[in-house]
Amino acid sequence: MRYLPHTAQDRRAMLQTIGVGSVDDLFVDVPRSAVLDKPLDLPNHAGELAVERALGKMAARNVAAGSVPFFVGGGAYRHHVPAAVDHLIQRSEFLTAYTPYQPEVSQGTLQVLFEFQTQVALLTGMEVANASMYDGATACAEAVLMANRVTRRRRTVLSGGLHPQYRAVVETQSRFLDGSIVAAAPDAGGREDLIGMIDADTACVVVQNPTFFGHLHDLRKLAEACHAQGALLVVAVAETVSLGAVTPPGAMGADIVVAEGQSLGNALNFGGPYLGLFAAREKFVRQMPGRLCGETVDADGRRGFVLTLSTREQHIRREKATSNICTNSGLCSLAFTIHLSLLGEDGFKQLAMLNHARACAAAARLSGIPGVDVLNESFFNEFTVRLPKPAAAVVEAMAGRNVLAGIPVSRLLPGAGLDDLLLVAATETTTEEDIATLGDALGEVLR
Amino acid sequence: MSDIRFTKDHEWVRVEGDTATVGISEYAQEQLGDVVFVELPTVGADVEAGGDAAVVESVKAASEVYSPVSGRIVEINEDLEASPSLVNESAEDEGWFWRIELSDPDELDELMTAKDYKAFLEGLD
Repeated sequence: MRYLPHTAQDRRAMLQTIGVGSVDDLFVDVPRSAVLDKPLDLPNHAGELAVERALGKMAARNVAAGSVPFFVGGGAYRHHVPAAVDHLIQRSEFLTAYTPYQPEVSQGTLQVLFEFQTQVALLTGMEVANASMYDGATACAEAVLMANRVTRRRRTVLSGGLHPQYRAVVETQSRFLDGSIVAAAPDAGGREDLIGMIDADTACVVVQNPTFFGHLHDLRKLAEACHAQGALLVVAVAETVSLGAVTPPGAMGADIVVAEGQSLGNALNFGGPYLGLFAAREKFVRQMPGRLCGETVDADGRRGFVLTLSTREQHIRREKATSNICTNSGLCSLAFTIHLSLLGEDGFKQLAMLNHARACAAAARLSGIPGVDVLNESFFNEFTVRLPKPAAAVVEAMAGRNVLAGIPVSRLLPGAGLDDLLLVAATETTTEEDIATLGDALGEVLR
Repeated sequence: MSDIRFTKDHEWVRVEGDTATVGISEYAQEQLGDVVFVELPTVGADVEAGGDAAVVESVKAASEVYSPVSGRIVEINEDLEASPSLVNESAEDEGWFWRIELSDPDELDELMTAKDYKAFLEGLD
């Protein structure tokens, strides 16, 4: 089967019309260093069965998350997703129009979005939530842009406990704003004090809870300090399951809450697609990015759902839109909502407590190993340990023993002088046996 | 009511001494339909004639409101926050948007009188 739609004759005709001699002429603006000087080293085409075999053989060389004791977190968590989720998301009721601008043909999608928003608002302790964003990091960047709009200020303070990739996305998205981003140093010990960094020009302070290093903070004083200066407090949550056990940011005075929702309903998916949660106080609703679904009644007085406050969006306001993201992670949010509905409020709390208990067991086992220190006084399901050797080499040696021990901090924060730190995460999928294997293997590697 | 001037974007400005009050015209509110939200400028901000100063949002659309004159915003109509419908009910009086200290009173000469504006509207239909 050919997958190339254009014949040589088609290509010639197009080049002639454009007025260039070859396809390469179309890429003259691309720096030579970025252009391939020979074809990619890929095998030629083969039948489906042969391709499956070849790829299967390659995939078997991976140490897959589900096949070994697995302690990797850092913003993406391996949880158990009930089989019912995958079945239900494929039901035809949900296979309505991809873009639900026409409510008469999209009630399935719209009702789910409404339920999803309700769940997100309840989880975060906020008044209003949107229909989701791409992932936690982009949601975080959107929160910073929104705080700039709300306060009409341009200075952003980022906590040293914010996930380095969230920070990177915030910096990228803010690059063309004439603002300033002040980032605190990485806060492995969980002892930073941001209050002194807030001034009368500050649009917002962005903190993560639990932090990238796993620490939990009471944010009330920080929220008060922000509000005293007219700044907003943005709270990022990289592990949504923590909201089943930890005081929600909204109850601590947050103005905007963003989160990564991958943990519920969604697999690791090699890093994406994920699910950004975005919630805020109702008074800021007109400055919120993304879609918003509302409840209404039709001409006959029957309950129905529609996208609302759409004047914030690109198709109405063009360059004045609150965001250039005019979509949402529809399928991922559907999976999230179904998973959370299956758990129920009590089930969700139990899930959170189970995650915490597993992490406590892992921390206890690791702190018993000579030379290993757990840095956290508090954590949810992830914590930081200091090793007597560079963590990257230890993780590599552990992987050779079929244990995925966690994330060396140096992988995300190279050159920060934190090479001896390891992030370790546990979830409800972590067994006692996994923890014992982790402890034994680490003990051997460090000997 | 006599010293009122209009822009082609359907804003009005009424001068009272050194300051002027600005809003949108009766015609503009009719075109917009039910106003649900008004985003006002900040007091103390400097605006240019023809520059963005506010946003008026109706059930149908969101529109920019441009300042008819240059100067510094000295007051905003805080009643619009709770009652944006004042713009529909009383566009050229109680539904005013902001008050401005004029930096260049000569700019007023560029704007239409009530009579000119009426003729301008007739030309639009």
